[in-house]
Amino acid sequence: MDRIAAEFSRAKDENRKSFIAYLCAGDPNYETSLKVTQVVLESGVHILEFGVPFSDPLADGWTNQCAAKRALDSGITKKDVLNLIRASRVLSAKVPIVLYAYYNQIFSQGTENYLNDCLEAGVDAILALDLPPMEAEDYLATCERVGMKTVFIVAPTTPGNRICEIAKASTGFVYYVSREGVTGVRDSLETSLPRKLKTIQENTSKPVVVGFGISKPSQVREVAEIADGVVVGSAIVNVIADHLDDEEAMLSGLRNSVRELSEGVLL
Amino acid sequence: MITKMSTDRSALPDESGHFGSYGGLYVPETLMTALQELSETYAEAKKDPAYVEQLNWHLKEFAGRPTELYFAERMTESLGGAKIYFKREDLLHTGAHKINNVIGQALLALRMGKKRIIAETGAGQHGIATAAACAKFGLECVIYMGRVDMERQALNVYRMRLCGAEVRPVDAGQKTLKEAVSEAMRDWVTNVRNTHYILGSALGSHPYPMMVRDFHRIIGQEAKSQIFEKEGRLPDELCACVGGGSNAIGLFYDFLEDESVQMIGVEAGGRGIEQGEHAARFQGGKLGVLQGTKTYVLQNEDGQIELTHSVSAGLDYAAIGPEHAFYRDAGRIDYTYATDEEVLEAFQKCSQIEGIIPALESAHAIAYALKRAPEMEKDSILLVNMSGRGDKDVQQAAKLLGEGDL
Repeated sequence: MDRIAAEFSRAKDENRKSFIAYLCAGDPNYETSLKVTQVVLESGVHILEFGVPFSDPLADGWTNQCAAKRALDSGITKKDVLNLIRASRVLSAKVPIVLYAYYNQIFSQGTENYLNDCLEAGVDAILALDLPPMEAEDYLATCERVGMKTVFIVAPTTPGNRICEIAKASTGFVYYVSREGVTGVRDSLETSLPRKLKTIQENTSKPVVVGFGISKPSQVREVAEIADGVVVGSAIVNVIADHLDDEEAMLSGLRNSVRELSEGVLL
Repeated sequence: MITKMSTDRSALPDESGHFGSYGGLYVPETLMTALQELSETYAEAKKDPAYVEQLNWHLKEFAGRPTELYFAERMTESLGGAKIYFKREDLLHTGAHKINNVIGQALLALRMGKKRIIAETGAGQHGIATAAACAKFGLECVIYMGRVDMERQALNVYRMRLCGAEVRPVDAGQKTLKEAVSEAMRDWVTNVRNTHYILGSALGSHPYPMMVRDFHRIIGQEAKSQIFEKEGRLPDELCACVGGGSNAIGLFYDFLEDESVQMIGVEAGGRGIEQGEHAARFQGGKLGVLQGTKTYVLQNEDGQIELTHSVSAGLDYAAIGPEHAFYRDAGRIDYTYATDEEVLEAFQKCSQIEGIIPALESAHAIAYALKRAPEMEKDSILLVNMSGRGDKDVQQAAKLLGEGDL
């Protein structure tokens, strides 16, 4: 069984859902990012999502834009991102690693080369944010050939027929974006969430995780009741942003907040 | 790759927005539904005589079409070669060709019942056109503009605000056009149900490159009948500046099948073709995907988008419209570039000998014409798209030419 399927099956056995933490790879720099990753892995995360810092992150809100900029300004390259993944893989053999990238970062490297590099480093799945399944024929074929799992996004505005198409293209899991908008912390969950999630679950048997705007343990608990996994991104990235001058405080802050957030998926 | 130009033009792009291997729809899922709605609305509107009539009425009464095809007599004489004609898009209301597309899209927004408009702008020409149309049609208007561009195009910022638009500065990245596009897309993703994004160039995801081209086709249609009226024949060569490439594709499109007509797109050569110093995508770019479309993109070896530079904010962008990439491959349109220095020279020369102050963007096409015309036969015709007027640029030009603040 691949790492992703294994995780969702383990979650069932342990009577919990999957807690997915998002980090921007290399934020704020390679050394600190490695320590951050270690702390997050030790604090109850079940799936690790690495954003590959991009110069033009149009689907990201200000928090993640700043994180990408910090990483790029510190000189992070594709090679560093792969090294960080290798190091994470050494820290945990079983936690699935999902890359969150913009399509140009994959396409410009030659899709097959890039996927192979990622697989070799220990990546389990890729979410190409600005690549809808209808443009992804070659990409999907390459992913299948080399053995890379895929994640695609369903949005609140996605109609039923495209939900099926997206679910079919997603070999890892389906990622439901719980609201219209970019990444970022929000005060409350969309009231439409349970209904929308039900529609997706009626259309696919694949695991469905929910992300965008989830920042509090109470929100994690609420979502965990109805979804297979809960993604928290900006709230974690904010802890890094708030403690750039004090690494120790950053790491202990992360330990506390990830621990607290991840407990929300225990049923 | 196409082989027979004469039959293929009308089939492009294909149904999903591809110009050969370029173009397409590379956007986050959150925008897919809005883009499909836009495609459908546009397809219906195009066939609706009432929409077409309304569009033509506003183009005439509000924007001031048709624009003149002007014989630049003194420039022609001074160069001693081809006869130079200017297609005077600079005479349009708000100062550039941009208004053609804005009116078309504003009418589509009304058709979709969307009362809020957002747009990006670089030089401010698309921004002021959008702000003016929103004032006219009673639509709420938010314009995203990089903070660097707001400084170098301060006059246009004030014009937009006068028309009731909210101009939101963008402080990300290089603080120019590219970041303004990303910010507009973020707004659109967030407010997609009540907002229409009037994208200002032949760029972005389908249906924008096709739709924006269609709205600017009128430039070439008019130019063609006007040159027949004045000269009784086709021009030998057309030239236009290319940022995203909307004014260029608008002029070129109706001449694509006329094989005797050469076409040249002029990109921004900035301070020279070195990394980060220019915006000539066909000189330093490679195939990539940026902000919705697959095309030539200035990028580094990791696929990060490169910094760009041009004296003209409107051409200062890392990607070129996908249809241009297609016709370049096909060998139908050629591309060159003009440097900032050549552009400032053309800007002055055109003002001095023709009494026409061109936009710094359009001055790229003029810089090319100044080099090219003397090489051409005396009775040949070089048609230049004067895509915008230079009023917005005078403060910056004065500064660059060492004349200080006005």
